[in-house]
Amino acid sequence: MCACLSAVLAAGCTGRSTGNAAATAGAPASATITSIQDTGSDTLLNLALAWAERYMSENPQVRISVTGGGSGTGIASLINGTIQIANASREMSAEEIAQAGKNGILPVKFIVALDAIAVVANPANPVQGLTLQQLSDMYTGKITRWAGVGGENRPVVLLSRESNSGTYVYFLEQVIRLGSSKSTALFSPETLLMPSSQGISAEVEQNPNAIGYDGLGYVTTEQKTIAVARTPAGPYVLPSARTVLDKSYPVSRPLFMYTAGEPTGAVKKYLDWVIGDGQKLVREVGFVPLAGSGG
Amino acid sequence: MTGLAAPRAATGSTPRTRRTRFSEFALETLIRVLGFSTIGFVGLIFLFLLREGLPVFFEVPPGSLFSARWYPTFGIFGTLPLILGSILVTVIAIVIALPLGVATAVFVREAAPRWAREILKPIIEVLAGIPSVVLGFFGMTFVAPLVREVLGAPTGLTAFSGAFILAYMALPTIISVAEDALDSVPKAYRDAGLAMGATKWQTIWRVVVPAARSGILTAVMLGMGRAIGETMAVMMVTGNAAVLPTSLASILQPVRTMTATIAAEMGEVARGSTHYHALFGIGIILFVLTFVINLAAASAIFQKRRKGGLR
Repeated sequence: MCACLSAVLAAGCTGRSTGNAAATAGAPASATITSIQDTGSDTLLNLALAWAERYMSENPQVRISVTGGGSGTGIASLINGTIQIANASREMSAEEIAQAGKNGILPVKFIVALDAIAVVANPANPVQGLTLQQLSDMYTGKITRWAGVGGENRPVVLLSRESNSGTYVYFLEQVIRLGSSKSTALFSPETLLMPSSQGISAEVEQNPNAIGYDGLGYVTTEQKTIAVARTPAGPYVLPSARTVLDKSYPVSRPLFMYTAGEPTGAVKKYLDWVIGDGQKLVREVGFVPLAGSGG
Repeated sequence: MTGLAAPRAATGSTPRTRRTRFSEFALETLIRVLGFSTIGFVGLIFLFLLREGLPVFFEVPPGSLFSARWYPTFGIFGTLPLILGSILVTVIAIVIALPLGVATAVFVREAAPRWAREILKPIIEVLAGIPSVVLGFFGMTFVAPLVREVLGAPTGLTAFSGAFILAYMALPTIISVAEDALDSVPKAYRDAGLAMGATKWQTIWRVVVPAARSGILTAVMLGMGRAIGETMAVMMVTGNAAVLPTSLASILQPVRTMTATIAAEMGEVARGSTHYHALFGIGIILFVLTFVINLAAASAIFQKRRKGGLR
């Protein structure tokens, strides 16, 4: 993974383009600061921040600025050439790759961590487990009361992230449409679209009617995680590092970082570190490290 | 300036007069250019809005553009729930804010002792300066749970919670404009009322407030303009579900406003896509709505002037 690293000691590049870094590769490290812009998925935000902070403390000559905004935002910035790394909780669509191509950018994908999407409810809610089919029926508006899935006779309040979130698209494809590409099911119009993960946890923590979903790293102790099963026969599985790695938890996914073209210089060094040593931080932030890495 | 220049011209110091005249001309021109450029910028913004937003009216047939489903990720651009959502939230906000605002204005202007007035007025101005994010956060953590528990709605993130926060934001505008309106009612009206044997309350309610009503109407219009354009607080509190508000019960259901939609979705759209044009199209609709409201407010002021400051 880091065979060609030693030659690429990026330095002397303060510009935004990785092309500059390539041009100065091989120069000895100097006091000049290299800056990397890293934007995108809110799911990845905490992890990306933890990585950036640790990496900058070990490599003071590199400045990494991390911002959120959603996978769509990060990918759009990458296409427009304003950032070097886009964080994404979904893969780029064919349309987006074509757009990047028009701007002369070839996006390169890196899997940087694994994530489970946890289904959460208020601790006062007696429901312990749901099947994918039940989740789909709830989120399409076929089941509107908790009694329909074995709970109390309360209305269901559906919470979702905004439509620019990679988590939104993933949940729609894998849960609401049950992974079928033929399905045209959509979120019920009654679904509350929350602008942030914080919005979802705030509502779930105080509203016994609410059901929501979010990255495992964002589940707080004031929320109850619901076990999810593929079939009514079970098994009902709670999300955790183990159940994600052995693939028994049905709603898990890889998280990505995209670069504009094959990364060079400081960006390459950073990504190699993220996939290597950086994996040690993954579990601390609540995500699942890549299999086989020491994390 | 002219007053100073004229006597000098009479004493015959022509060069200085010429310089004064020139600087006066330059200043006047500068101010005129600045004034017109403001209008020019507004015009340019409107042109930009039209350029980016008009295509959607050709890309999406009008039937589906004003339909009831908004799923922009899947090419369904029905703006009706958003328009009605904005209107619903604004109307409820005004229904809450109007009595409160007018009553406060009457109290501050007519009933409060001098020292109370001097404390209240700056406090009301401070109210206007609270950032909307702070109010949104307050709404999310305090108003929403209250609405759910007390009013029995399934969730506290409803049109009503949003309207409640908006009413609070529109209040300072309504109070200060209404107070100015009350202030412009001549003292003779109050004296006449009292002289006829009316109590203070009767004079205020039957004479002063009716005399100031066009100014109060303006206050309401300006408050509405403030409420319909508000974004952040509304996005945090209304739940953002694009449901069509169809009945009175919709007040206690989530809504999605036009402003929240633009703010939430603009970050992710690809430039030049239908979704991008649709968001600017919503901007045009919003612009037209606020323009109509402001026009109504302006015409109310105009009528007031024509009738000599009253009625």
